[in-house]
Amino acid sequence: MLFVFLKRNELELNDALFLQSTGTCCRKPNELRIVRCKLGAVPHADGSSYLELGNTKVLVSVFGPYEVRSNHRSKIMSESAFINCQYSMAPFSKQDRRTPRPRDKKNMEMTINLHQALKSVIRAELLPRTQIDVMVEVLTADGGNYCAALNASTLALIDAGVPLREYVIACTASLAKGEVPMVDISHLEETLGGPCLTVAMLPTSKQIAFTEMSQRFHVDHLEKVMATAQKGCEDMYKIINNAVRLYFKEIGFPNNFGQE
Amino acid sequence: MLKQKTFFRTNKKGDILKVVREHYLREDIWCGSRACGVCKAKDNEKVLDAKPKSKSAAVGEDHYIFLDTNAILDQIDALEDPHLTNLVILQTVMEEVKHRSSAAYKRLHEVTLDKSRKCYVFVNEHRFETFVERKQGETTNDRNDRAIRVAALWYQNHLHIKSVLLTDDAENRRKAQEMGLIAKPLSEYAEGTDSPTLCERLSSKRWGELRDEDQTKAYTPHLPMSAIQAGIKAGKLFKGPYFASRDNCLEATVKLDKRDVLLQGKASLNRAIDGDTVVVEILPESEWKAPSNLVVTSEDTDDVLEDASAEKQPTGRVVGIINRKFQQFCGILQVSPVAGHTRHLFVPAKRHIPKIRIETRQSERLADQRIVVAIDGWPVESKYPQGHFVRALGKIGDQETENEVLLLEHDIPCYKFSEAVLADLPDNDWTISDEELAKRQNLKNIVICSVDPPGCTDIDDALHCFELPNGNYEAGVHIADVSHFIRPGTNIDKEAAHRATTVYLTDQRIDMVPDLLSSNLCSLRGGEERLAFSCVWELSPQAEIISTRYHKSVIKSAAALTYGEAQAKIEDDTDQTAVATSLRCLYKLAKILKQRRIDNGALTLASPEIRFRIDPKTKEPLEVVAKPLLGTMSMVEEFMLLANVSVAEKILLEFPECALLRRHPEPPPMNFDPLIKAAGHQGFNIDASTGKNLSLSLDNAVKENDPYFNTMLRILTTRCMQQALYFSSGMTQKEMFFHYGLAAPIYTHFTSPIRRYSDVIVHRLLAACIGADVTYSDLLDKRKTDDLCGNLNYRKRMAQYAARASVMLHTHLFFRNKTELEEGYILFVKKNALQILIPKYGLEGTVILSSKDKNKPSPFEYNSDNHTQSAGDVVFHSFDRVVVQMSLDRSNVQHEKLQLKLVEPEVPGFSITTEGELVPAVEDTCG
Repeated sequence: MLFVFLKRNELELNDALFLQSTGTCCRKPNELRIVRCKLGAVPHADGSSYLELGNTKVLVSVFGPYEVRSNHRSKIMSESAFINCQYSMAPFSKQDRRTPRPRDKKNMEMTINLHQALKSVIRAELLPRTQIDVMVEVLTADGGNYCAALNASTLALIDAGVPLREYVIACTASLAKGEVPMVDISHLEETLGGPCLTVAMLPTSKQIAFTEMSQRFHVDHLEKVMATAQKGCEDMYKIINNAVRLYFKEIGFPNNFGQE
Repeated sequence: MLKQKTFFRTNKKGDILKVVREHYLREDIWCGSRACGVCKAKDNEKVLDAKPKSKSAAVGEDHYIFLDTNAILDQIDALEDPHLTNLVILQTVMEEVKHRSSAAYKRLHEVTLDKSRKCYVFVNEHRFETFVERKQGETTNDRNDRAIRVAALWYQNHLHIKSVLLTDDAENRRKAQEMGLIAKPLSEYAEGTDSPTLCERLSSKRWGELRDEDQTKAYTPHLPMSAIQAGIKAGKLFKGPYFASRDNCLEATVKLDKRDVLLQGKASLNRAIDGDTVVVEILPESEWKAPSNLVVTSEDTDDVLEDASAEKQPTGRVVGIINRKFQQFCGILQVSPVAGHTRHLFVPAKRHIPKIRIETRQSERLADQRIVVAIDGWPVESKYPQGHFVRALGKIGDQETENEVLLLEHDIPCYKFSEAVLADLPDNDWTISDEELAKRQNLKNIVICSVDPPGCTDIDDALHCFELPNGNYEAGVHIADVSHFIRPGTNIDKEAAHRATTVYLTDQRIDMVPDLLSSNLCSLRGGEERLAFSCVWELSPQAEIISTRYHKSVIKSAAALTYGEAQAKIEDDTDQTAVATSLRCLYKLAKILKQRRIDNGALTLASPEIRFRIDPKTKEPLEVVAKPLLGTMSMVEEFMLLANVSVAEKILLEFPECALLRRHPEPPPMNFDPLIKAAGHQGFNIDASTGKNLSLSLDNAVKENDPYFNTMLRILTTRCMQQALYFSSGMTQKEMFFHYGLAAPIYTHFTSPIRRYSDVIVHRLLAACIGADVTYSDLLDKRKTDDLCGNLNYRKRMAQYAARASVMLHTHLFFRNKTELEEGYILFVKKNALQILIPKYGLEGTVILSSKDKNKPSPFEYNSDNHTQSAGDVVFHSFDRVVVQMSLDRSNVQHEKLQLKLVEPEVPGFSITTEGELVPAVEDTCG
């Protein structure tokens, strides 16, 4: 088992009343939740990862690249690989138990959003006529499901050895009390109201792969919330990168990657 | 360190949900003491003294004070006393207080923000040493008490300064002492201090036995909460807000969803106080009663005479009180006749609030003062609720004190503007910059003038009008551009939003924005360049709108006229100046606009309005003047209405979700019953089915020999109306936007931004529509707008009541040492009284007809079919003319009241001709 703990940043704001009113978990506005992750969590998959973002828990398995299966024949692309994403939530992932339905609208939307972000980093042109499956299962949902899913997918793709341009990392941000931007929103904070911004970015080249807003932001606020989300992505990148290096140190790598 | 908080809860459907929440425990939560060398808090975060000197004889050593939740909830008044300093408020306590009483939480929050109090909020639930996990079988209360003790102990060990836990719970004290803490009841601690006010402000909950005179068996105990909930679920009990009757202290109503329930008699009221949320049981139909028509002011009588003629109503009795609305009350002390006694009765100024028993040692000093008292509770065996002294306001009868009482009772913020607010003001010698000039339309060369009442210094509207070459007219309304000075989010903006409106009292004005803006920079004074927001129409000669333009502008008003001056200019045909011709155009158009509005069904209402001429030095009223009605008033009004409607349409079009509008709901037909009945007796038929019909039938109800009759009908109509309200368009259904009184499909307030905050918001919205300004997030948030509307509506209502009360106060001052004969009209005939309106003073009074003296029975007989009182040949109907003698009855210091005595028509043995006759008991109802 391999866990990586985030060392929480030492920050300035220690206003007791502020902490109280923004949420009850007592995080500072620019602190991420505790991140724990493991690569190679599913032995049968080509690559896999398990990631916790606070109480949000996600398991991702990657299969491939392999020759396109018969039921996807029509999707063979002579120029690039076919990326097959599937996002699903375990029946016990939320507070109330729900029987999963096939073709659930919310899951399908998440699938499309994940596909969009992954497409921008996977070097599909190197693997023509192949298929890559990314299977995401949310075990516990506690806010930031998309972020956890995407970050875990990045780890699983690395584990599977799929060629990537760089990492793709997602993070959320919102506004507390309508003025203070805060990062990495938990489910409780989501339900407290206020719009939530999700950003997926390529942290090295600082490009944005995907954004989504749950409600409208006023244009005055958007800039600082966006900046907060990007800062969150960069912090998250450091943790994920660290996890990857530690993992390869342990299992070893031909050209001494991660050993320096 | 991460902890999980797991708990189960059920949702609406009854499913059980498991909730898991993160709960971080940290080391970087500081203790906030200057004595601490370990914590890395910054200097400004260290609130507590390094050497907290003991202020109470109850504790010898230096110490910090810790309080538990109940101590704070019960003793919030004592806690507000500045004598207690170096307090540590724990998060556990803070949250429990918030959960139990939001009013107490707000006040506690204020205390924690006050720097002089040295009060520190410690987030104990997240500091890893002070976090306490609930043990198996431990109740939440016990866990919280333990958390408080653990935190207090941690402080003691961390700082080596004693922690004193103040709690009224003996068990909690015992456990604390076992742990090595000092624990005391708050009352014992307070009595050890040398502050007299602190002790007085202690809650009366610590009183033991009641004295004999307070004992009563009139009340029954309230049901336990479980029984109440079961009863409500079973449909046997009903929950609703409790309204005490204003006339009769033994009567009240509880408003339920479908119907109102009448409560009569002490036992049924069962210790409920106006504003509480109560649970009632409805009595069997055989015991139903009708609301009494009597005016009862003394609590000591027990007999409730019900009105046999009136219709019986569902009647009930209070079996439980869910939520007490314990506010603070103004009033006076009724000193106990036993010398040296410390418990006295307090008589609130509001008559529908019962007397309150309080304890004070300063009774002699307070005897002639107006004081403020809070209620703590009402034990079942006690005749009176128990309370405690909060503060004294000043001497009874002083104009200043009375004014303060008035402001306090109506919750009007009247403190001076803070430094932070004044810092947002522009300089005294502010002038319009060229940059600003370039952005705006220059209207300096157009002849614009303002028309206002005499003595008005906050001029927020000005007008212009001229004929265009094509035969149409251009008319413009120019409103002071207050939103240029009050920028969103600044301190001045927050303060204005809090105050919401300028309050006009008879002898003073309480401004919404500081004087520099209200009477100088924003005021559109004659001959000075000012920033304005203009709404300009092209109108056809039939006053139909051809086009509308809105723009920010710079204007230079040619003249600031009064209504009278403007009227004179219009009527003087020799005056051909630009101002006069412009006024004539406006006047002509306004007449057409008004006619069209009335044809659409707008109501013309009346209310008796008067002004006092006040001696500027002594501030005493010298003379009463009725407000004159001039044509120019309605001219200005018409154009303001036109501007408001035009702006409302514009902002609703651009911001359908978050426009701030004003609506006036149609009153339910029931409201008109008294009006229809009263007019019916005079042979007039009032049709209130629609606004238009009502307006028409009011116009037709004219008595040729009595011009005041129609005005009275209109006054009565006004009473039938509901309040107009501000609302956010995104939170209300479209069908409800209608303004009944003006017969306008939509309406807003745009024309008085100096004195109303609603107009400031509308200005901002309109500015955003025309691209003159940018929006900000709160402006576009419909929920925020809705919250704001709530405050605006509340303040507006309170300002209205305060203005009325102020007139009443001055009427009383005016009648000191005066007796006058006046003509009056009967508004209502009641079972034991006549309600009389005196047009000259615009006030109402009651002549009680029943006699208290049993040897001299009242000569009057009441006929309930046609609502008349007769004595011999004399019959009183509604709207009859009478002559009454007015004087001030000062026998009750708290409620000085106008005394009305009947002079004409003559009723032998009742009416007076000379002094020394039978004096009828008299009440005025406006107090």
